[in-house]
Amino acid sequence: MNKLSKLLAVAAVTVMVAAPAIGAGYYRSPEPYDWSFEGPFGEYDRQAVQRGFQVYQQVCSACHGLKHLAFRHLGQEGGPFETVMVDGVEQSYANPNDNPVIAAIAAEYLISDIDDIGETIERPGRPSDMFPYPFANEAQARAANGGAYPPDLSIIVRARHYGADYIRSLLMGYDEEPPADLDIRAGSYYNPYMPGMVIAMAPQLWDGMVEYADGTEATTEQMATDVTHFLAWASNPHMEARKRMGLMVMIYLFGLAVLLYASYRKVWSRVKH
Amino acid sequence: MSGNSTYEPKTPFTRWLDARLPIVRLGWDSFVDFPTPRNLNYWYTFGGILSVCLMVQIITGIVLAMHYVPNIDYAFASVQRIDRDVNYGWLIRSIHAVGASMFFLAVYMHIFRGLYYGSYKAPREILWILGVVIYLLMMAAAFLGYVLPWGQMSFWGAMVITNLFGALPLIGEPVTQWLWGGFTVGNETLNRFFSLHYLIPFLIAGVVVLHIWALHVPGNNNPTGISVKTSADTLPFHPYYTVKDGFAIVVFLLIFAGFVFYAPDVLGHADNYIEANPLVTPAMIVPEWYLLPFYAILRAVPDKLGGVILMFAAIGVLFVLPWLDTSKVRSMRYRPMARWFFGFFVVSCLGLGWAGAELPDTLVPVLGAIGVDFLLLGRVLTIYYFAYFLVILPVLGFVEKPTPRPASIEESVLYGDKPAKSGSGAGAVPAAQPAE
Repeated sequence: MNKLSKLLAVAAVTVMVAAPAIGAGYYRSPEPYDWSFEGPFGEYDRQAVQRGFQVYQQVCSACHGLKHLAFRHLGQEGGPFETVMVDGVEQSYANPNDNPVIAAIAAEYLISDIDDIGETIERPGRPSDMFPYPFANEAQARAANGGAYPPDLSIIVRARHYGADYIRSLLMGYDEEPPADLDIRAGSYYNPYMPGMVIAMAPQLWDGMVEYADGTEATTEQMATDVTHFLAWASNPHMEARKRMGLMVMIYLFGLAVLLYASYRKVWSRVKH
Repeated sequence: MSGNSTYEPKTPFTRWLDARLPIVRLGWDSFVDFPTPRNLNYWYTFGGILSVCLMVQIITGIVLAMHYVPNIDYAFASVQRIDRDVNYGWLIRSIHAVGASMFFLAVYMHIFRGLYYGSYKAPREILWILGVVIYLLMMAAAFLGYVLPWGQMSFWGAMVITNLFGALPLIGEPVTQWLWGGFTVGNETLNRFFSLHYLIPFLIAGVVVLHIWALHVPGNNNPTGISVKTSADTLPFHPYYTVKDGFAIVVFLLIFAGFVFYAPDVLGHADNYIEANPLVTPAMIVPEWYLLPFYAILRAVPDKLGGVILMFAAIGVLFVLPWLDTSKVRSMRYRPMARWFFGFFVVSCLGLGWAGAELPDTLVPVLGAIGVDFLLLGRVLTIYYFAYFLVILPVLGFVEKPTPRPASIEESVLYGDKPAKSGSGAGAVPAAQPAE
């Protein structure tokens, strides 16, 4: 019997150790990074999300869409431009449509629309517009990218195993020599973090290619970290509200559990059990 | 519903109502004065927890249906809209998605409790069978619901499961096309899945009523498995079990809320945040965790039809379980051999779940050194799963010598689970009694 219990204990430990490997496949596990949004009290670093948005705009958006996001989302509660500096004064806007920074970001884009007389026109974007897709359709996107279809980035952090760590490692994972037995064809690149280790996206981030508005030095690592931070926000825009509410709910339920346990003890003290 | 009603209407209105529709009396007899064994432990709180789970799923589901669009072109985006723009949509969807997992967690606790304490034995066979029906309906509802967000796992899960029916001889193809409403998983499939996903919870609610009815005729089983003999064996349901169930429900909700607020994605699969694409097959198609053991059983058989039959047989065998277990003793507390086989049964179910999550040719950690892959592990555990019901439980009743049991529930509460010593005044040790 004692032997059996030991065997079961070994089995249980094996399950716990092996569980994280489930679904790993043939690629390198991403490098863990200490994100500010991890943990039960973690929040987004607004500056990092803003810088990451700049990287998305200037680099990623050439090929990758953000189709589930509108410009106004950037100015909503928990978004990177929820509070902005207007004439040197910090302001926040309950309605992102009134936010001048959001309006300015939207106005930089041209949105195709239909005017009053039915003509197809291009007009400046408004906060309520969705982010425009960089290609006319999937076929055009594939044709422009050697047959590969650049995935939409709206929920990319939730759509990948290891989430933010994976995205960041992938963006920085181009600097190694491929193993000799790996067949890398023209138009493909070696990236050990990509499942299958071959990726159609060329390396995109080079030191100094973005001039950050806040003066941060734009190293490859800095940009990869920042844009991942932005994409983490885009995938989970209500994360901060969720954790705040979670804390209240947990405290409430815990208090209720204590009261119910006390009532249970009191009620059951009348009978032997 | 069993025994005499102690309800006495106190106001003119309730007297008037009681003579016409005795609904207050029904509630009183079922949930207030209902005599309940006084020794129920926390494993018996999952019934109440499950009714909370069902209500949570129905309420959140109805709200989600107000915002969800069952069309292959809009379904995925409508779910994103719920997460991003609908007021507290992220919360409602998270509760619904996590709620499915919590529902299954609770139902597995409930089923294992029934298996351990022999709650399926006479006179509770119908109660048990209705429970298996609910479990089947839950699996159908969960599968249909998982298809609705129209992610990669939704689409390919639907493809795999509907294709199983294609294994049926002769009628396989027409049945599969009838399920699809076309020649592949498409918009018609999504529409009917949405319709059925909305229907099934109400079927479940209906069977739950029957399940509770069938519970209240023979009354609760209890950890000793000994039938209630006198009123000293019982306590009124209220306040004793309302307060105990209430405490357990709130503890369960704490765990539930922990997932909803701090790890809403951990029980799901990342691939389901990629929109369905019929042209791209995911590297690995896996069902949700609660269906993984059945997936392992399906894959354990080299023949597709055989796998499908065995998978359904894994649930089918539960329907006849009351007649497979030949032991006269209900509770495994007094069954020294059965409790070990039960322990291995629980481990084998967990192991099957693990095998279902892995690729069949992946080597099992530790055991891989002697060449055991997950296919072999799945096969061995599948054999044990069926052997438990078809060989072990039928044979044990004849070869096992149960340990002595207390004479009554009251005695087990007052003097512990060992039978009373002679002279203690609680009666002599009874000879083996039928069906206890």
